[in-house]
Amino acid sequence: MGNHVHRLKIQNDINTDYVISGRYKFKIQDEKELAKYIFEDLDPGFAKKIKAGDFLVSGDNFGCGSSREQAPVALKASGIQAVLAKSFSRIFYRNAFNVGLCLIECETRFIDDMDEIEIDLKRNVVKNITKGLNIEIKPVPKIMMDFLSVGGAIEYFKKEKGFGKFN
Amino acid sequence: MRQTIVEKIFSQHSGKRAKVGDIIIADVDFCFGQDGTSALIIDSFRKMGVEAVHDRNKFCMVIDHSSPSPNIGVSTIHSKMRTFAREFGLKVYDVGSGVCHQIVPENGYVTAGDLIIGADSHTCTYGAVNAFSAGVGSTDLAISLATGKNWFKVPETIKVVLKGKLGKGVYAKDIILHIIGDMTAGGANYRAIEFSGEVIDELSVESRFTIANMAVEMGAKCGIMEADRKTIAWVKKHSSRDPKPVEPDEDAKYIEIREYELSMLAPQVAKPHSVDNVSNIEDIGNTPIDQVYIGTCTNGRLEDLEIAAKILKGNKVAPYLRLIVTPASKWIYLDAMKKGYIDIFVDAGAIVNNPGCGPCVGTHQGVLADGENALSTANRNFKGRMGNPNANIYLGSPAVAAATAIAGRIADPREYKRKL
Repeated sequence: MGNHVHRLKIQNDINTDYVISGRYKFKIQDEKELAKYIFEDLDPGFAKKIKAGDFLVSGDNFGCGSSREQAPVALKASGIQAVLAKSFSRIFYRNAFNVGLCLIECETRFIDDMDEIEIDLKRNVVKNITKGLNIEIKPVPKIMMDFLSVGGAIEYFKKEKGFGKFN
Repeated sequence: MRQTIVEKIFSQHSGKRAKVGDIIIADVDFCFGQDGTSALIIDSFRKMGVEAVHDRNKFCMVIDHSSPSPNIGVSTIHSKMRTFAREFGLKVYDVGSGVCHQIVPENGYVTAGDLIIGADSHTCTYGAVNAFSAGVGSTDLAISLATGKNWFKVPETIKVVLKGKLGKGVYAKDIILHIIGDMTAGGANYRAIEFSGEVIDELSVESRFTIANMAVEMGAKCGIMEADRKTIAWVKKHSSRDPKPVEPDEDAKYIEIREYELSMLAPQVAKPHSVDNVSNIEDIGNTPIDQVYIGTCTNGRLEDLEIAAKILKGNKVAPYLRLIVTPASKWIYLDAMKKGYIDIFVDAGAIVNNPGCGPCVGTHQGVLADGENALSTANRNFKGRMGNPNANIYLGSPAVAAATAIAGRIADPREYKRKL
């Protein structure tokens, strides 16, 4: 059984202010609490639709704007398993892998709201179960996959006592 | 040779010849956080379990985004920053010091050829003084605080050549809004931009900061410029470290070269709710404005305040409109006072805030009401940015802002040509 996909009302250039507004990021320190307010200014009530393991699917340049790490932290805490987008903005891209949130860069035209999908990172493919389609994933730099596999950059640094084999 | 500025800076800081696509580990010359990102830097640093910071002279924290604190949540963050700073002997630029992107270069932490990271997306600002500088998140910052290094993927570079001579009433802000409108919000994603050309040569270092500051609004990793005499004079005035100017090789490889002829450029305005939704001011029509904001890391510097003061002198802010002015740093505030600009602002009916980010991030000092329109000199107009998702934000230069504050609707500063 795969998990379901959620799409926002707007597809491209979703900025990190929209992921989590400055109003909340300064007020709330608890990540589970913060997760209740994701996309509040763009799509009020969006957080309530997410079930643990679901996916967020978007268009180009997801995560542009502010460097706030509360954005990937809140997405991860909301139960979202991975964000799939045609492209990601670079600061958000680093931050997500650093905090252990999986990002998938792929063609997202053939994934609709509430489709059931599965991610296979070994074969680098998204399986759209609803549509019976396989979609290729753009490979991620190895260092980022290494972060993800241990739960984030800090965990990686503790384990490797530094930059490990990238030294 | 065939290296861009960024490839050269990465080569010098990694001890290896860096080329596009390489993953390198590089020395970081300076790094910092602000009050929106430092709580998570501290958490990540503590999780790493290291006993000391790598070099306490290569890091600072700036309390600027929500300062002085408007509520208990923010006060808790500020207190956490000060406690951490005391424990490790770190520098904090506290409430009233100014915006991090003015504080960091003004206090001499940046010189030409440096590699700088900051836990704030507008860290790209110091590209104006020939430094590679990029925004990162809190975890990346904590890693550099602990190790003095970080990993980078060497980006491709887009060369942007600016030609012509700017007309009266047209400024650096108009140039960068025009370029963003053309290249779009994701147009330079993952890439470095090298800005060059006769227009850049003519601009002051302050104006160059305005342009580099907004490179991230196209997704760029950095927006860098070559160092000229003005750059060297500026960094030497502020920093005791020797500048190490870096220029691109003549045959450096660019993924794209774009040229802009700017002699006919009109003042530009970005309309709600994205920075790349840009129009000539003539095409804006009659847009009533409720609040004008002059300040931020984009346009809160002395020359910005000077332009606004020239237009506002002898004029009054329109009825029912608020004009908020926030100098980017304490030193700018003091200079603006000495030069009489603050008198002009207050006399015209403006509110002058303490140095910092002011209402830009929407947490305090000028939150908008439902349905209101703001004209701001900031770098972002996202829905909700100034604290209310049901308000609209327009972006423009300090000159557009001042003319708008007088008119009560978006106005063309070229009406005041004789004052400029």
